[in-house]
Amino acid sequence: MKYGYYPGCSLEKNAASYHVSAMAAIKPFGIEFVELDDWNCCGATEYISLNLMASYALIARNLAIAAKTADANQQIVAPCSACYLNLSKTEKYLTESPSLTEKVNIALKEGGLSYKPGNMRVRHLLDIVVNDIGYDAIASKVTKPLKGLRVAPYYGCMIVRPSLTSQFDDPEYPVTLDKLMQVLGATVIDYPMKAHCCGGHMTQISQATGLELIRQLLQSAADYETDVIVTLCPMCQLNLDAYQSDVNKYFKTKFNIPILYFTQLMGLAMGIEARNLGIGKEFIDARPALAKIGVEVPETAKKKPSKEELPMPKMPEEV
Amino acid sequence: MTTTDMALKTSTTTKTSFMEEVIAATPGESRLNYCIQCGTCGGSCPSGPDMDHTPRALFAMIRAGMKTEVLKSNTPWYCVSCYYCTSRCPQEIHITDIMYTLKRMAIDEGYFRESTAADAPGFSQTFIFYVENFGRSFEMGLATAYKLMHHPLDMFAVIPMGLGMMAKNRIDIIPKRIKAVDQLKSILKKAKELEAQL
Repeated sequence: MKYGYYPGCSLEKNAASYHVSAMAAIKPFGIEFVELDDWNCCGATEYISLNLMASYALIARNLAIAAKTADANQQIVAPCSACYLNLSKTEKYLTESPSLTEKVNIALKEGGLSYKPGNMRVRHLLDIVVNDIGYDAIASKVTKPLKGLRVAPYYGCMIVRPSLTSQFDDPEYPVTLDKLMQVLGATVIDYPMKAHCCGGHMTQISQATGLELIRQLLQSAADYETDVIVTLCPMCQLNLDAYQSDVNKYFKTKFNIPILYFTQLMGLAMGIEARNLGIGKEFIDARPALAKIGVEVPETAKKKPSKEELPMPKMPEEV
Repeated sequence: MTTTDMALKTSTTTKTSFMEEVIAATPGESRLNYCIQCGTCGGSCPSGPDMDHTPRALFAMIRAGMKTEVLKSNTPWYCVSCYYCTSRCPQEIHITDIMYTLKRMAIDEGYFRESTAADAPGFSQTFIFYVENFGRSFEMGLATAYKLMHHPLDMFAVIPMGLGMMAKNRIDIIPKRIKAVDQLKSILKKAKELEAQL
């Protein structure tokens, strides 16, 4: 089956290891992801806060491209929860509101595009993995079970809420990722914060609020002596991983919990080499935890940033 | 004055209420007018403790027509879009969508400057600058430009994170650009014209 694949901005760089591991993990199952040609950003939660119509038009451009990409099944898959929600929410609202669709199409027409809502199924990568590939098929490919690894499955928000379309898991107590981790042989931790919020962009708006939300999640997982928190969203991964040292500084805590993508653990259990799964790009070193299950991660050569590469933005050359 | 006269007088003097304004500016059926003040939203909100008013209180204020106070509130800007409130609301009110509407209204009317989250729109605007001009978001530009404009003294504090991101090869230094930037720009320009007509 052919799916339209919408990677989203994060998977190109910041969450490249999610993309790489997802591709490696689904490969043995004969599923085809075709990347949407020249897709654009979904606007995250920012565009809708500024411009209503433009935010729908921005997302509708991707849907219009997807309608041409996916096969007759008209399915599009997004690995990022925010992209997934934006695409599915727009599809739903356009389907329900002919007047919104009319306006969005007037805007799309300026770019020579049009979109007829109602037929597209927007799905999260986890949904494809657990429902279309299925637990049994995955179990049959597990050659190196994650025996003894204590894993805290972390769902976050937008994959399970507001559950507008294709609801495949519970909004309060989701279990699909738990089951997947069990199939991979891990010891799954049932902790109360698994569908709570990572804070999204709050670290930028109000540091105290943002860091506290991250702290609560880390504390909850730490209370259950987790080795690894496993995520399915680049925003969640970034907040829990890159801000973990800020949380430690701010609250004088000593968290040291590696945050991996579910596709990375899936790949490891299927015997794929760690270096082919983008492991090693985490801020919190995952090697001690993975050593528990006999996985060796080769030391990645640390690139020393040169002076020319101090973190300043640059404009691209005119094309 | 007859009853008919009174009815006529009422119909000519009734302005659109603030609640009607909010409902009209929210896509789909927001169901805001069905709020029963149960407080499930506030109780479910992860950033509720840091808000001026919980969503429940804010909805009572909207009903009471307290437009200025509502649009000055930090509540919409502290919404983290986790959708717990929306998912749990017994009246199925689209609470998160209403928060987005209130953000747009606070910007349009300039009240956001008086909230304790006055920098938040700047973050969204910087994010969207790259999306509108390149078709993609750009973390490096977002972090540096937003910090420079709104928290210049914090610039030094974000450098270790920036260097860490570079060492891990997790951040682009140059924004990625889609091929059809011009097409995207014309679509968004038209969409904004249509929005102005709403």
